[in-house]
Amino acid sequence: MLKDLVTPQNANVFLGNLGDILIKAVDKPLGMALNWGRLWSLWPVHIETACCSVEFGAASGPRYDVERFGIIEAFGSLRQCDLVVVQGTITRKMAPRLRLVYDQMPEPKYVIAMGACAITGGLYFDSYNVLPGIDGVLPVDVYVPGCPPRPETLIQACMLLQEKIKRQKIR
Amino acid sequence: MSKQLTPKSSEKQSTESSKNLPPGLQLENVDDRIMTLNVGPQHPGSGHMRLIIKVDGDYIVNCDPDPGYVHRGEEKMAEYRNYITNIPHLERPVIHDSCNILYPYCLGIEELVGIEVPERAKYLRVIAAELNRCVYTQYWLAIYGIFLGHSTMFMWPAGDRELLIDLLEKMSGARVTHAYFVPGGIRNDVPANFEDVCLRQVNYFEKRIKEYAGIFYDNPILIARTKDTGVLSREDAIRLGTTGSVLRASGVDFDIRKKEPYDVYDELDVHSNVMKAGDSYARSKIPWLDMLESCNIIRQALEKMPKSGGVRTKLKPNPKGGDDEVYRRVESGRGSLGMHIVSDKKPQPYRLKISVGSFRNLIAMPYLLKGEKLGNMPAVYWSLNYWPVEADR
Amino acid sequence: MSTSDNKETAQESTQVEAKPEDKPEDKPKDKPKENLPVFEKSLTDKIQKKFGDKTEIAYVKSNRTRVNVKKEDVVKAAQFIREMGFDHAESVSGVDYPESKEIEVVYHLGSYGDPTLAKQILVLATRATREDDPKPGNDSTKLPSLRDVFYSVEFHERECFEMLGVFFEGHPDNRRLLLPEDWADIPPLRKDFGNKGR
Repeated sequence: MLKDLVTPQNANVFLGNLGDILIKAVDKPLGMALNWGRLWSLWPVHIETACCSVEFGAASGPRYDVERFGIIEAFGSLRQCDLVVVQGTITRKMAPRLRLVYDQMPEPKYVIAMGACAITGGLYFDSYNVLPGIDGVLPVDVYVPGCPPRPETLIQACMLLQEKIKRQKIR
Repeated sequence: MSKQLTPKSSEKQSTESSKNLPPGLQLENVDDRIMTLNVGPQHPGSGHMRLIIKVDGDYIVNCDPDPGYVHRGEEKMAEYRNYITNIPHLERPVIHDSCNILYPYCLGIEELVGIEVPERAKYLRVIAAELNRCVYTQYWLAIYGIFLGHSTMFMWPAGDRELLIDLLEKMSGARVTHAYFVPGGIRNDVPANFEDVCLRQVNYFEKRIKEYAGIFYDNPILIARTKDTGVLSREDAIRLGTTGSVLRASGVDFDIRKKEPYDVYDELDVHSNVMKAGDSYARSKIPWLDMLESCNIIRQALEKMPKSGGVRTKLKPNPKGGDDEVYRRVESGRGSLGMHIVSDKKPQPYRLKISVGSFRNLIAMPYLLKGEKLGNMPAVYWSLNYWPVEADR
Repeated sequence: MSTSDNKETAQESTQVEAKPEDKPEDKPKDKPKENLPVFEKSLTDKIQKKFGDKTEIAYVKSNRTRVNVKKEDVVKAAQFIREMGFDHAESVSGVDYPESKEIEVVYHLGSYGDPTLAKQILVLATRATREDDPKPGNDSTKLPSLRDVFYSVEFHERECFEMLGVFFEGHPDNRRLLLPEDWADIPPLRKDFGNKGR
């Protein structure tokens, strides 16, 4: 009976429909599994842009332990990281290098803009060497206000990013 | 230590191969033994600066520092803001040592305008400055540990400095970037039981940092990596104009808290630590000894501080100086931090020049790295107590 | 100010060569006829004796003295100051005076080797004429470099070069240090350059 159903003419359509059914069955749990893997192992690139790096370092310390969320600063190479935390003021000299670092990371990748200077230029809005925010250079996922933001605020930002990743579709 | 450079045969080869290059491209390295590396702004072993290093095998032949990735134009911005509104952005070059970078600024303006600071404010300023020095040195030690691969040495200082950050939060309200010093004293008085809490925490902190000797300073791996690397002799340290712990590790006893005491340092007993070796091990040990000394200074200051009194001499709105200039300097965590303020009877400074210890020690970096092995680079580079954000201002 | 008066008392009562380290002597304070601190005056007197008219003593304050020289004599003055015992430069700053069309470069010189001079900072200042319309590549502001006398000014002079446009003759490496490589505007610390929106 199957042989009657599947003729050479409609074999493609049949396979296509079978494929759709399989994908629909597997998509949601597969997506949830992949997202679960991604959000509990966000590895930030080791790039310190300006003064907020001190609070980022304090967040990795024992009191505000950010490692319990899986956020371990990968000191090896940036090809295995998926998070760029833009810590602080971006100057005109630093911006092309930051874009280069972002381009070298594999997909999927996320960006957190930390500190008032990374959002809009902050306290240094009228300086000759400072970019007014990182929006023109990188696509930002989460903005963290503060000058510098407390480590607890940074952890809240990471949790917001995790919520965002949970809602991502795979295909 | 660097090997003999090479042979002429490679030159002939390169002119032939340059004929095959596509138009517009040029061969950069005629000598194919020497390779140019970027220890760049994104590197596990560098901070926010770049070093352009030419290596011959494993030995560094030339090193060209390229700072400026965090150059935010502090000096130009200071010319557009009043003396008091300059305070928030002037403390950002070193946010965790913010009291020490505001100290010469406040001392200079007090001299220009001609006001006197109350006694209690002077003692509290000394306490805040010493706490900031400890907080900065702890962060520096934490990063030093990470650069050498010793992650416990990242966790212990990063955790212990939170004890002192709590104290600073009680004094000023913020963890870092306190904006606590103003010309005329400090912004506000400390809470009622501050002296007892401070004494208890400083005593516990001192016990904790004495344990670093066991994991770090007596660690055979650290000793093997840092002893006799990057040796800076006494004459060279003076000739290059280095400052702070780099100078004292090479045998020159110069600490501004003793030579040109400011506020109440002349009434306190300050001992400056000097070591003669001049290598990276000495440079990594001196700030730790300075931290132990800071605990003593804080205890003395807490005892001698007047129990009550005003903490701020109010200035008139928009303070102005005369047609005058002033240069004051202070011993910060990195070395001598000086501010040259030129005023011309306006409420904004005409010119503000900040001379920071990190920038003055930068000249030692290419000098020491020539001839070193590439693996010793993080140990020598970070031992120069270089904070890139401050050097760029 | 009371703190500087205390230092004056300590210094007035000692000789130039044999000044003890940090301990003030217990002599009663003699009120000087003029109000200038004695030790600093002796330093500037030495300079004035050697160079005469070519130098101008701008001020003599407690622990700070300032000497203005012309740019032709600055290297010789620096060599003499080095022989006096000052061995490094604490900072080099440039100040722009557009009304008198000059840029002033101010060297703050200190001493590590000589204990009597440990507190002193000698300020050496020279002026260079600046052009009216600063265009990069067209600048005529030149000053002799003090790098051969004080090696520690190397990076400071580079920074002064890029921030104010003063070319230091004799400096081996007049190059950008802090500004981005593609900076195409006038040197930022000149008064003609305005920050965004100001």
